[in-house]
Amino acid sequence: MTVKAEPWQKAEIAGPKKALLIMKPEVVVAMAKKANRPILVVGHQAVEDYSNDVKMIDYAIRISNAAGIPMVVTAHIANECLKRGFSPAGSMSAMEIGNRLNDPQWRGLDGGGTYDLAMFMGLPYYMQFVILSGLKHFSPNLKTISLDRFYNPHATWSFPNISVKDWNENFEIIIDKLKGEK
Amino acid sequence: MLTKGMNMKVKEMKTNLGIIKGLELSFDKVIDETWEEPMGPTPYPSITDLREWDMKLLNKFKPFYLPYCDVCCLCTFGKCDLTGDKRGACGLNMAAQQSRIVLLACCIGASTHIAHARHLVEHLIEKYGRNSPLDVGGLNIDLEAPITRLVCGIKPKKLKDLEDALDYCERQLTTLLSATHTGQEGSNLDFESKVLHAGMIDHLGLEIADMAQISVLGYPKADPEAPLTDLGFGITDVSKPTILVIGHNVPSSVGIIDYITDKGLSGKIEVVGICCTAHDATRYSSMAKIIGPISWQLRFIRSGLADLIVVDEQCIRADTLVEAQKVKTPVIASSPQNCLGLQNKTKISSKAVISDLTEGKIPGALILDPDKVGEVAVETVMTVAPKRNKYKIIPEIEKIVETTQACTECNECVRACPNNQPISKAVKEAAKGDLNPLAEILESCVGCARCESACPNDLPLHSFMVRAGEKELLGEKFKMRIGRGAIQDVEIREVGGPIVLGDIPGVVALVGCSNYPHSGKELVEIAEEFAKRRFIVVTSGCSAMTLAMEKDDEGKTLYEKYPGNFDAGGIVNVGSCVANAHIAGAAIKIANIFAKRNLRANYEEIADYILNRVGAVGVAWGAYSQKAASIASGCWRLGVPVIVGPHGAKYRRMLLGRKDKTEDWYVYDARTGDKIYGGPAPEHLFTTVETKEEAIVLIAKLVMRPNDTSKGRAIKLTHYIDLHKRLYGSMPDDIHLFVRHKADIPITMKDEILKVLEERKWKETRIPDPTLLPRMIRKKKGD
Ligand code: SF4
Ligand code: SF4
Ligand code: SF4
Repeated sequence: MTVKAEPWQKAEIAGPKKALLIMKPEVVVAMAKKANRPILVVGHQAVEDYSNDVKMIDYAIRISNAAGIPMVVTAHIANECLKRGFSPAGSMSAMEIGNRLNDPQWRGLDGGGTYDLAMFMGLPYYMQFVILSGLKHFSPNLKTISLDRFYNPHATWSFPNISVKDWNENFEIIIDKLKGEK
Repeated sequence: MLTKGMNMKVKEMKTNLGIIKGLELSFDKVIDETWEEPMGPTPYPSITDLREWDMKLLNKFKPFYLPYCDVCCLCTFGKCDLTGDKRGACGLNMAAQQSRIVLLACCIGASTHIAHARHLVEHLIEKYGRNSPLDVGGLNIDLEAPITRLVCGIKPKKLKDLEDALDYCERQLTTLLSATHTGQEGSNLDFESKVLHAGMIDHLGLEIADMAQISVLGYPKADPEAPLTDLGFGITDVSKPTILVIGHNVPSSVGIIDYITDKGLSGKIEVVGICCTAHDATRYSSMAKIIGPISWQLRFIRSGLADLIVVDEQCIRADTLVEAQKVKTPVIASSPQNCLGLQNKTKISSKAVISDLTEGKIPGALILDPDKVGEVAVETVMTVAPKRNKYKIIPEIEKIVETTQACTECNECVRACPNNQPISKAVKEAAKGDLNPLAEILESCVGCARCESACPNDLPLHSFMVRAGEKELLGEKFKMRIGRGAIQDVEIREVGGPIVLGDIPGVVALVGCSNYPHSGKELVEIAEEFAKRRFIVVTSGCSAMTLAMEKDDEGKTLYEKYPGNFDAGGIVNVGSCVANAHIAGAAIKIANIFAKRNLRANYEEIADYILNRVGAVGVAWGAYSQKAASIASGCWRLGVPVIVGPHGAKYRRMLLGRKDKTEDWYVYDARTGDKIYGGPAPEHLFTTVETKEEAIVLIAKLVMRPNDTSKGRAIKLTHYIDLHKRLYGSMPDDIHLFVRHKADIPITMKDEILKVLEERKWKETRIPDPTLLPRMIRKKKGD
């Protein structure tokens, strides 16, 4: 099977440097494992129903818990985490977290040092697109992964455009393997 | 030919009599001997005169660049790949390229307003004379032109006085645009400073345009009780010939209304409008009605309700003529900026043009004379309307069910939709006979028709949605208070103190276009939240229309529920896009009328005042245009923060503060010269939010200012914390940054806040008399 690296919103073309395709969930696991300081950024669409009863926010929390990766929620969704008994490491706007990740001097939410991997999910596609672009151009030491089910070309790695079913399966494997690696 | 005044400044001139220094000669120019206010430091500032102020802002609110793509393709040296730290062939890097694009956008926006202003002033001078007096508020307004006074240092009294200011705008714009040429400006921060300059002259252009039309065309003059007008898709009387006007520049609409009146045809012809021309037509005459914001263009045209369309300029769909031809509606283009490929019939006899149009020999005509537009439009529509019989291209339901069978669920429509709407699913349901999902999509549809363009089966998807939502559309009958224009001096006198001290928690300006991420109802919710909380809510343009488009249980719109005066709990529609000048103007007037600061050519001091004291915030929830960019940048330079909805992320650059960097938030205490922590107030100058909940909480936060009194700060904190708790489900994590001493703590929340402060190891500070300008310090240490 060939998979085209084609932006979901077709006009959102990146340029010469495009995200590598995540063809196997193990890529995400390996990246997360390799990173010294990973962070997960989760936008408001994570609380909107995606596939029947599975919400992205639940996957996000499971990833965060499985690998001990701190999770920042954007917009107003912190409450959705609290309702699930999960305290996110931070709650700030998407632009604020993007801007901080762009700052090589920023010591992180816990003051423990600069992040070297940022995984994104749940932002409006076009917003995630431009924020990933800002990071690609101005944060040379940060790798980014787009975990949404749409190819987002400004990330370092991104899923291609995949079905909800494939996406869920990928997440299950990622979570399983992250737990194992912990 | 128009003549105008001249002004000569000579630094040094050698003559037979000797050397003359500092000579200034003026002919037929505004020199107001009665104006005692001394000239401030920056009359007609050049593009570098306010650079220091800009750098102060840019140091606090640093640019965060969000490039669309990796390349620059602006010259034939390129394309250049600017990824990461690469530079282009001209030496430019990505940060500078992004700021250059922002500058280009702001120059486009500013030029649009300034060209509009120039056209209006020339047209009105030609028609009413150069000495027509400027009057925006009768006895209620002394301070008639706050932006013009502030920027230019002049006090315009007659139409002709606006020409100097326009000349200045055009000169600045040319210089700014030239800075974007390859091999010119190379520093991103200097580009940003120029962006702010573009914004400032944009505001000047806005003010000139609206002042001219208010004064001469008899619009409401700063009237809080401006009348209500009809608004909505369903307000047209379909039994009458209907002229639809679209755009922003009102003279051709005035021509139509005047002709109807002169010929005694009032009540026999409908004049309806979309976008700001509609605003201004209703300010001109109660004959005009409003269909809706720009996103209503396609749905209205395709529904066949317009028997003739007159377009002027700005935000008009480029395919208007194509769409109009499909429903056999003739089009008159009336602006040199937007000729639509039509033959210029300005000098051909009206009779001949009318005959060509009514017989369908030509699809439309370009007519660059507003009075002639009036005659041709009215005479044509009366003949065309019965022939057209409201011919429409909205398919019947059976046809939709039949054609949607061809859908292959390829999802191209969804991928083209800016709001990623579930169109293919809705089409699938339509094929089964259920059109409700399509109707739901219309609710959050910006009317772009990208879905149709993308569909490989050429399904007219937007038209399907319009049919599916037809019942709701035809039921759209609302009331909007028409644009009142400026804010009265007396209103400012009454609210200036409460705003600066913080008793009125803030001024929220809901402005701009209708490129909303979801339904426009979200904007209505935002407005009502703050009106109920007794903020002052001001609005303009398409946002002002959207605010009318929702009724409560009693059938009332916001405009029927809340008063139109500039006071706590008011919902104040100032008017069209150019009327945004009055919102900036109100902030400036507070500094002058309440605080007695000199305005004249005193930009930096006034902006410093507003940034530190006036709790105003702009929200462009559906901003899409370059004009919105330049209006926003005018606000930034003036110290007013702006929030945009999610699509605003595509403006490619935010101006963000960092509340975690304590050192960024020190201000001078003008009383002592001490540097005092003023808190992140406002935290950002320009940012994008994802959701309405986020917007609401951020608005409540961004109205805080270092100058707030304890009482005022406690009120502002109450709103911020209350909204945060309700919408985020928790206490904000940054309260400690906004409590200066214990008197700032809202009494009802005392215990929980004290607990937070303790956890954060909070320390008490002083409330400064805040300024960023060392020259404003009254007493230096050791004095
Ligand atoms: S303007 Fe500069 S960066 Fe852009 S294409 Fe030309 S040489 Fe390249
Ligand atoms: S017309 Fe409406 S539904 Fe179609 S792409 Fe545009 S916003 Fe989406
Ligand atoms: S683009 Fe056309 S064919 Fe494809 S899913 Fe949409 S409506 Fe169906």
